[in-house]
Amino acid sequence: MTNTLAWVRWRRLEWGLSVAMGGVWRISQAAALHHKLREIPSVGGVIALDLSELQSLDTTGALLIDRTVREFRGTGCEVRMAGVQPEHASLIETVGQAFRPCEMGPPVEGAITRLLAHMGRATLETLETVTTSVAFFGRASTVAIRTFMHPKRLRLGATVRHMESAGVDALPIVCLMSFLIGIVLAYQGALQLGKFGADIFVVDLLAFSILRELGVLLTSIMVAGRSGSAFAAQIGSMRLHEEVDAMRVLGMDPIEVLVLPRTMALVLTLPLLTFVSDVMALLGGGLMAWVSLDIAPALFIERLQVAVPTSAIWVGLAKAPVFAAMIALVGCYEGDQVAGSAESVGHHTTRAVVESIFLVIVADAMFSIVFGILDI
Amino acid sequence: MAPTPIIQVRGLVTRIGRQTIHDGLDLSVRRGEVLGVVGASGSGKSVLLRAIVGLQPPTDGEIRVFDKSLNRIRAPERRQIEERWGVLFQDGALFSSLTVAQNVEVPLREHLMLPVDLMEAIASLKIGLAGLPPSAGRMFPSELSGGMRKRAGLARALAMDPEILFLDEPTAGLDPVAAAAFDQLIRRLQQSLGLTVFMVTHDLDSLYSICDRIAVLADRKVVAVGDVETMLRHEHPWIRSYFHGPRALAVARRLGN
Repeated sequence: MTNTLAWVRWRRLEWGLSVAMGGVWRISQAAALHHKLREIPSVGGVIALDLSELQSLDTTGALLIDRTVREFRGTGCEVRMAGVQPEHASLIETVGQAFRPCEMGPPVEGAITRLLAHMGRATLETLETVTTSVAFFGRASTVAIRTFMHPKRLRLGATVRHMESAGVDALPIVCLMSFLIGIVLAYQGALQLGKFGADIFVVDLLAFSILRELGVLLTSIMVAGRSGSAFAAQIGSMRLHEEVDAMRVLGMDPIEVLVLPRTMALVLTLPLLTFVSDVMALLGGGLMAWVSLDIAPALFIERLQVAVPTSAIWVGLAKAPVFAAMIALVGCYEGDQVAGSAESVGHHTTRAVVESIFLVIVADAMFSIVFGILDI
Repeated sequence: MAPTPIIQVRGLVTRIGRQTIHDGLDLSVRRGEVLGVVGASGSGKSVLLRAIVGLQPPTDGEIRVFDKSLNRIRAPERRQIEERWGVLFQDGALFSSLTVAQNVEVPLREHLMLPVDLMEAIASLKIGLAGLPPSAGRMFPSELSGGMRKRAGLARALAMDPEILFLDEPTAGLDPVAAAAFDQLIRRLQQSLGLTVFMVTHDLDSLYSICDRIAVLADRKVVAVGDVETMLRHEHPWIRSYFHGPRALAVARRLGN
């Protein structure tokens, strides 16, 4: 397919250079042409450019010709074009007029400037996050109080819908996860306790760790990943499409419409999910204890009743609503911070998950201290 | 013998869910013309554009572009065809995480191996051709106005030097001055680059000033194709109300003088 190729030929003459260009000067040939044109020696004098064998030309080809001509003129040569077909001439002229070197990206800074700028920006952003998040939680609290004073304004339909997607739909995965955690915990416990012949204490280990800590913690992490991220993404894309602004203009409070139903839904469903998770984890642990330690289900249940006070369940369940409120509020807050682009939605969704899980763990640690002081 | 049309749609049937959008639609676009596609809202103009560029698989019928049937070609051939057309979506559909210059470079990077300085020169040229200032190159789509976004989208559509340019309501949402400038820009590019333009539009001004032919979509078909004169004489009720409505008359009067 030699006829589809583009070519450049040049010849040194006593008064300068004769350059002939021909073939198909299209974008598909641009890379090859770019290199070939660079090989043309710069000799000065007169450049005779012959375009009579040019078969076709697109803007990229015209750009290359225009650039070559400009470079020759820049070195003080005189360029004479010959054999240019009129449509090629007009295209080269259009391209020459339209071409202005663009500003491509942000200017590249030195390493130290960049480091300092990065630190400064991060500091300012952190400070701003503190103020905006405090403002957001304050606003959410006042709106919540106001709405509860006028219960008619509570959006029960939306709340129930979110309860379904955050709670009911999460049941299978929460059940499976808890069941497996129960099995793992019982197995590891059995391995260690078996060494002391204290097999039966596997029940204590399981019950206390699951009921007080792991049930609620793991369920919260699962819900943060499932629903916290969903809240951030939903509200974030609503912000991108100006839906939140539309609400405001229509006299609706986005916090009342978007944030409260989601928060209420999580506060109501997370304790229930935690309870299910507790039951499933004990079931898994009981099964493992039966299989690997020969602790029969009846013995398991008897030991549970003797060793574990009901307060253990309540300690775990009491934490759930607090964690739920944190996950929902952080998710909604991050969604509200979305601005500009689709990338921002992803960024804030990730932040919602990371921050809410982090906060849940911090809060869990504080609960442990408080319960320790209260001796529960 | 007339040359084969660059785009040929025969017996196109498009169903989305239970809704039939097109039912036996025929249309051909000649090389080097500006074809305006009009129709009431919901008459399937944009869906037709999406069907031709392959975003909406047809339920039945044949679409031929560059004399190749799109229903029956394999991926490498399809890629070659995609390099030969450019599409401008309604709001530009720029990649929001990239600057304007990077947006224009996307198809170049995807389809060609080019040296960086040449790629930047090509991007600059397209940005200039689309009528944007050089400073627009490093801006992000969220920093641009609606008109500039369209121009940036046009620059990206022109990146690969396409033979066909698909425009989805290029002047919608622009003020009349910007819309007229955009029309002229498209006309100028079409003439100097020898493009074929397939333009979905509502804009009567565009129809009168830059379209060689107009295709009218109604009743799930193309009911008429021809220039403005043909449309003015046509008997179809929707075409009558469109081209004899107060707005059309105002445009005709203004351009007629």
